[in-house]
Amino acid sequence: MFPRLVYESFRHQTRRKLLAGIAITLGVAVATAMIAVATDIGDKINRELRSYGANLVVTPQEDTLDVEVGGVNLKPPSDGAFLSEADLPKIHGTFWHHNIVGFSPMLPITVKVAGVPKDVTLVGTYFDKALSFGTEKFTTGVRITHPWWKIAPNWPGDESQSVLLGERLAAEVGKRAGDTIDVDGHPLAISGILSTGGAEDDQIVAPLPVAQTILGKPGAVRRVYVSALTKPQDALAVRDPKTMTPEVYDRWYCSPYVQSIAYQLQEAIPHSHAEQIRQVAQNEGTVLSRIKGLMLLVTLAALFASALAVSAAMATAIFERRVEIGLMKALGAGSLVVSAIFFAEALLLALIGGFAGFIAGAFLARQIGRSIFNSQIAIEPVLFPIIMVIAVLVTFAGSAAAIRRAVKFDPVFALRGEG
Amino acid sequence: MSFPGTLLTSKQVANRRAQAPHTSMFARMLLRAAVLRRRRAASALMAMIVAAAVATAMMNLYVDVQAKLRTEFRSYGANVVVVAKDGESLPPDALAQVESVFGPKTMAVPFSYAVARTKDGQSVVVVGTDFARVRTLNQWWKVSHWPESKNEALIGMRAAAVVTPERKPFELTFQGKTIELVPAGMLQTGAGEDSRVYLDQSQFQDWTGVAPSTIEVGANGTASDIESSIAQLAAMLPKAEIRPVRQIMEGEANVLNKTRATLYATASLVILTSALCVLATLIGWVFDRRRDFAIMKALGASERLINGFFAAEAAALGVVGAILGFSIGIGVAMWIGRVNFHAPVVPRLSVFPYVLAGSVLVALVSAILPIGLLRRVQPAMILRGE
Repeated sequence: MFPRLVYESFRHQTRRKLLAGIAITLGVAVATAMIAVATDIGDKINRELRSYGANLVVTPQEDTLDVEVGGVNLKPPSDGAFLSEADLPKIHGTFWHHNIVGFSPMLPITVKVAGVPKDVTLVGTYFDKALSFGTEKFTTGVRITHPWWKIAPNWPGDESQSVLLGERLAAEVGKRAGDTIDVDGHPLAISGILSTGGAEDDQIVAPLPVAQTILGKPGAVRRVYVSALTKPQDALAVRDPKTMTPEVYDRWYCSPYVQSIAYQLQEAIPHSHAEQIRQVAQNEGTVLSRIKGLMLLVTLAALFASALAVSAAMATAIFERRVEIGLMKALGAGSLVVSAIFFAEALLLALIGGFAGFIAGAFLARQIGRSIFNSQIAIEPVLFPIIMVIAVLVTFAGSAAAIRRAVKFDPVFALRGEG
Repeated sequence: MSFPGTLLTSKQVANRRAQAPHTSMFARMLLRAAVLRRRRAASALMAMIVAAAVATAMMNLYVDVQAKLRTEFRSYGANVVVVAKDGESLPPDALAQVESVFGPKTMAVPFSYAVARTKDGQSVVVVGTDFARVRTLNQWWKVSHWPESKNEALIGMRAAAVVTPERKPFELTFQGKTIELVPAGMLQTGAGEDSRVYLDQSQFQDWTGVAPSTIEVGANGTASDIESSIAQLAAMLPKAEIRPVRQIMEGEANVLNKTRATLYATASLVILTSALCVLATLIGWVFDRRRDFAIMKALGASERLINGFFAAEAAALGVVGAILGFSIGIGVAMWIGRVNFHAPVVPRLSVFPYVLAGSVLVALVSAILPIGLLRRVQPAMILRGE
């Protein structure tokens, strides 16, 4: 009898139930989308923060002091130590290689350019170099690590003899893209003009082999900029790995802190010293935690609003059915049975609405991810049971007051159609 | 529990009709409706308040989050650099001019550079600056101890190995003039600063005679604000080059835009949901009062009067809900500001008209929808309870 009552009650009066059903679906959809966005926003913003550039720099261990003023290094170019270019792909062999967005080697050398009285810095680097480590193939270079560089019209090839000319230097020597520039007796084609708003505007940026040839040191690299996705630092991150117990060390090593990634880079590249670039690394943690905190609070507001919408709709739907309740009670049904019928109905409604809402919410989260971040927002399958439980709980909570009120209602008044 | 409201109302309607002047009747009906059915009215008002509060908080945050995040981004340091052309120095009033153009809240730090030699003939870059200003602008600098007296120097991690490996007082020579300095603390940044020695500007100038050649500016404001300030400053300082630090400006714009877009999407979702909540509650409320509606009609009230009555009721609900909700929402926004950004969110009164208009609109829609349905029904049917 009970299932039939619930079934019949659920089947009829579809119009009234529709409003409640829509409210549950919408509420759950918003909640699902918000939770999905809030759990993923950290990773998404982390990637956006990479547009500030590299957060780690690797230098030779025994390097001499840089004597650099206004972007011009006064140190003799062959002075000091170098890293070996052949070691660079090993960066992708480190524990956190999936978190390494890209890296760029730099080899600054001082050259003479025809028509410029003072020394000019030429920097050899990767632009979009194809490399491989083991079976893994990847491309890396300044196009990834220095996204604010503007080039007009073309990037040079990594194996070519063409270069980028900084915009202020270009104005000084009166050269344009397509011209040829004479650097220490090497004629180099200008493929594009570079504008960075930094010291590079006075420099020449060339493929790494060009700089190595001019310097006469094949395979040499002065420093490597590494752009990595990191976790905001906490008390564990800043501890010295030498003083850790083995368990703490493992936890530290296996967390993507900027410090542990630096440590692993040092392990991967022989005779190197890796350090965080504090301007970038320190601040991204703060910005990241602020944005995550903001989204968390907004998600709470969204959950609250959805819960309220669901309970308002349920209350209205139940309140309209006093006559039915009056009839049941007049026929001798106890308050418990009446409540049970309504709760069973609410449960059905919550499950159906919750399911539809979850699908709609997943779609919504995907749309948000695609339109704002140009990437997918992953919906964790574990979210589904959580969402369903929330939907049922909220629907019950929303119905409880209305059901109690409806059950207490005097059947005589209800049947007379009053109130 | 009984609901004698309808009966009383119907009697009263008849009574008042005979006695009271027509104008006060309308107001009286509104008031009585709210008083007699206070439970349902209160729940409708509650929904209205919550929705208005959530909407206010969301809009306030959306408007304010830009300014809040901008201040966070300022910890990345300078976003504009003023450099003297070709190794000259900036005019002495350059710093004052920079501050006048960018406003009082802007942090501008002068830097002057020279290459000095250590006792054993190694070159090292020495920088003169204002430590108090650097400290606020470049918060990422990791400094073991800031210099306090004039002859104390801040020494970069890498420079320390060359200048004073044992952290003892040391000598530096510039164009034949020697100065003795005491190391105050170590500086670590992971960038070029690590290979330099920092001195107080006046001390540096006494020693080398070199005036500041660079001013780093942490300018607040939108990209277009900063651009116009740069243009203005360029006219005032023709001998200097003023350029935005693209790395910082573009990174900031990028992250800010994405965050705002996400907040926009989520805030609209939240506001939509709460509007739906109001709609559901109010439709239920009005539908519930179909007997009032039927009695009014049976007593000969014109359709216009009935529509006007329900519309006025809904509008009143919307206005009261918006005012109360607005004040609560401002409180919520301020709380979020304190918890998340550790800075107060300024209450934006400019949001109020939108909240008010939205509330009244939603209330009107949810009153008129059921009335439209009821209009087609005969009053007798409703009064018979069908």
